[in-house]
Amino acid sequence: MTDRVSLGQDFRRIAGALAVPVAVLLFWELLSVSGIFRPQVLSSPVAVAVRWFAYLAPTEAYNPKTYSWISWALSGELLSDTLASLGRVVVGCLIGGGLALPLGLLMGGSRRINRAFNPPLQFLRPIPPIAYIPLAILWFGLGNPPALFLIAIGAFFPVLINTIVGVRNVDSIYLRAALNLGADRLTVFRRIMVPAAMPYILAGARIGIGTGFICVIVAEMIAVNSGLGYRILEAREYLWSDKVIAGMFTIGLLGLGIDLCMNRLSAWLLRWHRGQEN
Amino acid sequence: MIAIAGVSKTYGTGMQAIPALQDIHLAIAPGEFVCLLGPSGCGKSSLLNIVAGFVKADAGQVLLDGKAVTKPGPDRGMVFQEYALFPWMTVEENVAFGLEIRGARPQDITPRVGSLLRSLGLAEFRKRYPKDLSGGLRQRVAIARIMALNPPVMLMDEPFGALDALTRRTLQDEMLRIWDASRKSVLFVTHSIEEALYLGTRVVVMTFRPGRIKRDIHIELPRPRNTSGRAFNELKREIEVLVMDEQARYSEAERLGRPG
Repeated sequence: MTDRVSLGQDFRRIAGALAVPVAVLLFWELLSVSGIFRPQVLSSPVAVAVRWFAYLAPTEAYNPKTYSWISWALSGELLSDTLASLGRVVVGCLIGGGLALPLGLLMGGSRRINRAFNPPLQFLRPIPPIAYIPLAILWFGLGNPPALFLIAIGAFFPVLINTIVGVRNVDSIYLRAALNLGADRLTVFRRIMVPAAMPYILAGARIGIGTGFICVIVAEMIAVNSGLGYRILEAREYLWSDKVIAGMFTIGLLGLGIDLCMNRLSAWLLRWHRGQEN
Repeated sequence: MIAIAGVSKTYGTGMQAIPALQDIHLAIAPGEFVCLLGPSGCGKSSLLNIVAGFVKADAGQVLLDGKAVTKPGPDRGMVFQEYALFPWMTVEENVAFGLEIRGARPQDITPRVGSLLRSLGLAEFRKRYPKDLSGGLRQRVAIARIMALNPPVMLMDEPFGALDALTRRTLQDEMLRIWDASRKSVLFVTHSIEEALYLGTRVVVMTFRPGRIKRDIHIELPRPRNTSGRAFNELKREIEVLVMDEQARYSEAERLGRPG
């Protein structure tokens, strides 16, 4: 009896969650079969799905002489594009965050350092990373370097600002407790300020990665010949709207995946934290 | 032996100046349990913070075994009302922290931390984080954390103020057991008359603004003290009169818009 009730509830919940997406897809399908738009402009969802699997699949027939089975299965364009974009985000964010973290810790911890660095940084901060594209190409030419430069800038400021705020907001009672136990300044900084600021720092990293992810797509559209951003712009030139949408869908999936991983990582790093639901 | 010699402290300047402490003299011998008692704003916490080295006195000084106190240090272990455990460290790591930063060897830290945790009934919580502990357990960890460094003086700033009455009594008994076994000097700030009488070898009643020592009473009641006994309650009534006088001055100041 109770099983039946809960089954009914489950069904209703799933149906409730699926109703809007299904309706949108149906509307889209109707729109594209109605012939109002040419398929070059708006492909049908079915065509997009087919194209997505074609994009995912290996381009060449399987030949055991040249590749192992596994590398053949992973040789599709979609996977190499995704890996290219992902690699850039990771490296760019590591550069940007890697520079922002120590600077933010120093600026948060020392008024003098903050006074010296704050004005120029506040001046640079409102410049959107995208505005650096011309300069990035002038400085670094085409290829990975300007893309990484852009992503690093995108990730830099959120990590910096949050780290400064995080260090400033460390509850002074922890500092007093540490001093009382005999900690010197360096120990207080390393063992108290940094971990106490960690929730802020990780929140900054999450925002920074989000910005970096925007930057990678833009950079690939302009300065690089690989990756998901490059691929959707290339598809536009052939008027393949199905591939454009399939690429966008992949970008969304990758962004979601990165965010989920970040969420897991910070849940683990902040397992001590009161506000952590997990 | 800790000696507070002529300590004064004023916060702010001019019209806003608040005289928190005025010419405090207090000597605490090894093994004495001194309770500082008074209403909010009597400067009892200020005095504790000066002894701890967190706050500098305007005049006078604090001497620990004849040496002037200039900064915080592990020879005056402090227990805070807010526990102040490091939330990113497990119970075990919190207790080991002081030994670790002093450069003790891991093979010395582990057994010391283990025996402290066992003696305070914390052994099964060693891998937990503070957020998963009750207030009573947290304060046990805070006590273990300073005990690890074996300080000659323990400073306690309303340590059991945030606990429920039953947990409070359990921890008071625990504290008495520790003090009895180690014969440390304890300077204990509270605004509970009963707590001061239950714990202290001396109860020092302070005045409201400027904070001065109003009465320094040696408590001769035998232990364990019976909080419902006649002698206890006669003493309690006597001290209550002293404290409530000051509380009345505090309420008056608050009414006039000069709260503590």
